Amino acid sequence: MFRRADWLIGLGLVAALVALFAISMTLAPPPTEGAEAFAGTDATVTEVLTTEHQAEPWFSPVFEPGSGEVEAGLFALQAAIGAGVLGFALGSLRGRAAAAREQGPG
Amino acid sequence: MHIAEGFLPPLHAAAWFVVATPFVVHGARAVVREARQSPENKLLLAAAGAFTFVLSAIKLPSVTGSSSHPTGTGAGAVLFGPPVMALLGTIVLLFQALLLAHGGLTTLGANVFAMAIAGPWAGYGVWRLIKAVKGPTWLGVSLAMATANLTTYCVTSVQLALAYPDATHGFWGALAKFLGLFAPTQLPLSVAEGILGVLLFGFFARVAAPELVRLGVTREVPRVQAR
Repeated sequence: MFRRADWLIGLGLVAALVALFAISMTLAPPPTEGAEAFAGTDATVTEVLTTEHQAEPWFSPVFEPGSGEVEAGLFALQAAIGAGVLGFALGSLRGRAAAAREQGPG
Repeated sequence: MHIAEGFLPPLHAAAWFVVATPFVVHGARAVVREARQSPENKLLLAAAGAFTFVLSAIKLPSVTGSSSHPTGTGAGAVLFGPPVMALLGTIVLLFQALLLAHGGLTTLGANVFAMAIAGPWAGYGVWRLIKAVKGPTWLGVSLAMATANLTTYCVTSVQLALAYPDATHGFWGALAKFLGLFAPTQLPLSVAEGILGVLLFGFFARVAAPELVRLGVTREVPRVQAR
C-alpha cells in the first residue's frame, strides 16, 4: 500500500478523519429541549422498544455501573486495555522489522 | 448495535445463541491455529483484537445528532479471514455485557451474530471482491472496514424487526423503522472506520510486510524502505 514512508498520505487521512467529525459536530441538529446531545443509538432503540412496543426486559444486567461517572471510567478502561495491547503489538512488530532489516536481507 | 439485556424474547435469544455458537467455536480453533504459525502472527492477532476492543469502547458523534460505535471487526477479517473475529468480537461483547451493562448476557448470541460474525463475513466478502477485480489494497481495506460496520447494524435491525414486528406493517415496516434509526448515524462512522483502516494497514505494510504477503493481503514484498 504505502511503498514509501509517505507521511503526506498519513497526515491527509488523519486530517480527513478530524474534518469528518468536525463537520458531524457542526452540522448535527441541536438536541430537543431536555434531551441529551449525541444520545447513543443503542439507547434510543431501547427507548423505542419500551414506548412503542411495550417491551419489558425479562432479564436485568448482572452488574450495572450505577453512575455515569463509573460507567465512563469503565469505558475508558476498555479503551485503555485495547490501546495498550494494540500499542504493544504494533511496537513489537516494528522492533522485529527493524531487527530483521539490520541483519540484512535473508 | 448492542441489543440491551433482556430485550429479546427468550425464544429469539436462544435461537441466536444456537446460530452463533458453532461460529465462535470454529473461530476459537482458527485463533489457536493462527497464533501457532509465527510470533508475528500472534502479534497481528493481538493487534486485530485490540483494535476492535478500543473502537467499540468509543462512541462517536454523527451528523444526525446521535452517537454510535465503530466496530473495527473488518481489520481482523481482512488479515486472517472472518472466523477469528467470531472469537475476538465475542470477548469484546462479553466484557461490555459483564462490566458495562452494555448489551447483555441474554442478547449475547444475537449481538455476537451481528458484530462478530455477519459484519466480518460481509467485510471479507467485499475485500475478496475488490481483490478479484484487482482493485487497490487501500480501497479493499477501507470498503471492507466500512461494510463490516454497516452490516453489523443492518443485521441488528433485522434481529429487532424479527422480535418486534410493526403492528400494521409487520416485519418490513419494523425493519425500515430500525434501519432508519441506525443507518444515518452509522454511515459517516463507517467512512471514518474505512479511513482508520487504511492508516492501520499502512502501518502493517511497513512493519509486517512479509506476513501480509503470507496471509495473502498483499501480493509481493513491498520495497524495504531505505533509512
